[in-house]
Amino acid sequence: MAMAALQQALAARIAGLDLPATGWLGPLRAEALARLSVQGLPGKRDEYWRYTDPAALNSATPPRASAFDSGGEAPVFDGIDRLKIVFVDGVFDAAASDDLALAGVEIDLLSRAMTADIHWAQGVYGRLEAAGQVPVNRPFAALNSAFAPEGVLIRVTGKAVKPISMIYHHKSDSSDAILHHCIKIETGADLTLLENGPAAARFNKVIEVDIADGGSFHHIRAQGRDHDRRAVTHVFARLAAKARFKSFTLTANGMLTRNEVVIDLQGSDSLAHVAGAALGDGAFHHDDTVFITHRAERCESRQVFKKVLKSGAVGVFQGKILVQQGAQKTDGYQLSQALLLDDDSQFLAKPELEIYADDVKCSHGSTTGAIDEEALFYLRARGVPRKTAESLLVLAFLAESIAEIDDAAIADDIRARLENWLARHDHSGAA
Amino acid sequence: MLKINNLHVKLEEEDKVILKGLTLHVPAGEVHAIMGPNGSGKSTLSYVLSGKGGYTVTAGSATLEGADLLEMEPEHRAAAGLFLAFQYPVEIPGVGNMTFLRTAVNAQRKTRGEPEMSAGEFLKVVRDKAKTLKIDAEMMKRPVNVGFSGGEKKRNEILQMAMLEPKMCILDETDSGLDVDAMKLVSDGVNALRAPGRSFLVITHYQRLLDHIKPDVVHIMADGRIIRTGGPELALEVEQNGYADILAQVQ
Ligand SMILES: Nc1ncnc2c1ncn2[C@@H]1O[C@H](COP(=O)(O)OP(=O)(O)OP(=O)(O)O)[C@@H](O)[C@H]1O
Ligand SMILES: [Mg+2]
Repeated sequence: MAMAALQQALAARIAGLDLPATGWLGPLRAEALARLSVQGLPGKRDEYWRYTDPAALNSATPPRASAFDSGGEAPVFDGIDRLKIVFVDGVFDAAASDDLALAGVEIDLLSRAMTADIHWAQGVYGRLEAAGQVPVNRPFAALNSAFAPEGVLIRVTGKAVKPISMIYHHKSDSSDAILHHCIKIETGADLTLLENGPAAARFNKVIEVDIADGGSFHHIRAQGRDHDRRAVTHVFARLAAKARFKSFTLTANGMLTRNEVVIDLQGSDSLAHVAGAALGDGAFHHDDTVFITHRAERCESRQVFKKVLKSGAVGVFQGKILVQQGAQKTDGYQLSQALLLDDDSQFLAKPELEIYADDVKCSHGSTTGAIDEEALFYLRARGVPRKTAESLLVLAFLAESIAEIDDAAIADDIRARLENWLARHDHSGAA
Repeated sequence: MLKINNLHVKLEEEDKVILKGLTLHVPAGEVHAIMGPNGSGKSTLSYVLSGKGGYTVTAGSATLEGADLLEMEPEHRAAAGLFLAFQYPVEIPGVGNMTFLRTAVNAQRKTRGEPEMSAGEFLKVVRDKAKTLKIDAEMMKRPVNVGFSGGEKKRNEILQMAMLEPKMCILDETDSGLDVDAMKLVSDGVNALRAPGRSFLVITHYQRLLDHIKPDVVHIMADGRIIRTGGPELALEVEQNGYADILAQVQ
């Protein structure tokens, strides 16, 4: 596209968006908009969007998407004691939410906090996102920082006694939600964040997580089972010395999901684990794009992404480990695997290592395979019905990603969801 | 118990014929041994009976207590009482041995319309049986057969057999890879299961196993057929003279 056409497309995309640019947030939004204007919207020609068509994310209005009827099944995390913050199509639902009060944690809504002159989030909002724009453009994240009308600002000073849980309901077929959360984990503090739900017909979400020395952040999300929804999400994390970041994402269904995770290991001895389990049947396109930068000594990063695909579902993985000069004793691990339940599905993977330090241990692997027929027969020969046997093997395939969930009750809950999904999507045609 | 008549089997994908009119009857309560040269089709027979894919039955029949085995899904054959101790037990990373065994026991019970075994009851029984086979608790926690030594895999097969209490047990070279003590352990395990309502088909190359598990009948298999049937003395004859004489007699 010519320059003028690109500018026009961007103008159309943001025409309907409001820019609530008051108080401390004003200049940050203006900077984000400037970034976006320089970058423009991504196109299929962009190297970073080679495997995923951003058209549905670029359009001025979102393609329609109906909400999934879960048939009365209890939502994920239902049994977990947590502080609930509820959004409906991206709009905060005060009545359905708990009091935003938790010992050792400050919680503000972006819409309420932004009119103030100063706020702690000033040092986080849009800053981690801006830093994450190098060396690769992430225009939807810039768009988010510029226009997000709502989000949650969380500052953790101690060990949070229970998880904060964001619940994203989707009701309207045409909703186009943008949320931007900032999380600051102070020295030695600790938070678990749960997220679940599809959020909207189209959802753009950014989370910036700034973790100080010895701080710990554990993130578990389930992206909701809407079939038609489109989502682009970014997590930007910055880790100081001895900080810990662990994230697990479950994605079942969804016409388009692009989950980007950008992690900057700035302090020595920090640790970042990112994992995902994605299951798709039919019109499903799931893209995990991860960029981890090691800048300090003795940091560990681990990426484990597993996808189960059938009936034409498409999985994408772009994962990079960048080890900067001086980041000696780096331990980097990356694994992306797809289990194809038939011949129609495909997995596209682009694993990358770029290393400028000499004393590092980095490995990466990517595989695509089918159900192991020998194992399937062995199980069936012991009396395990085919469906159960296949389900056992699929869960075994996903196990290494689920292992990144620390809490046993949550891991069991996630496992049960996976089993239910597999039962609903019986793959008798498995080759 | 097990009746195989004139069974002809070829590979599904090629024209290679492996079983060429095999007939074999194992009455209830009896132990039969099959010996035969490498490649004569012993493992193929065990796979076809238990329902592995990749083979086509072109003629003949196989029934278990009168029920047509060849028509059933593998899991139904198992629930009907058929068990195969694999020559090469399969490793299944990510599936815990304990989970696997409990799923199998309860799946079979469910198929047969019996009540499931409670977690507590299962644990007690499995610990008991594992102990007699000298399988330690740590091994039970590992994924199915992953990182097990050859002998440990074979003992694990016998543990599964003991838990599932099948009627018709096929043991495919369960003795290979076992040290002398393990051979004794496994044989004791098998002998403990001998019962009037349970039959065994023991595939082996060596007389030694048959010293421990005394067969009622010994069959010699060659080129996809049973070419001779006799008493335990037949195994001794093979041990001493090999197959040459027997094969020559037939031709
Ligand atoms: N899937 C297959 N593809 C090709 N050839 C096969 C296949 N399965 C079996 N065969 C062939 O069929 C013949 C019989 O094999 P089988 O494993 O049944 O022999 P066996 O009697 O068990 O031998 P052993 O004593 O060595 O275990 C062999 O020649 C083998 O190579
Ligand atoms: Mg064999």
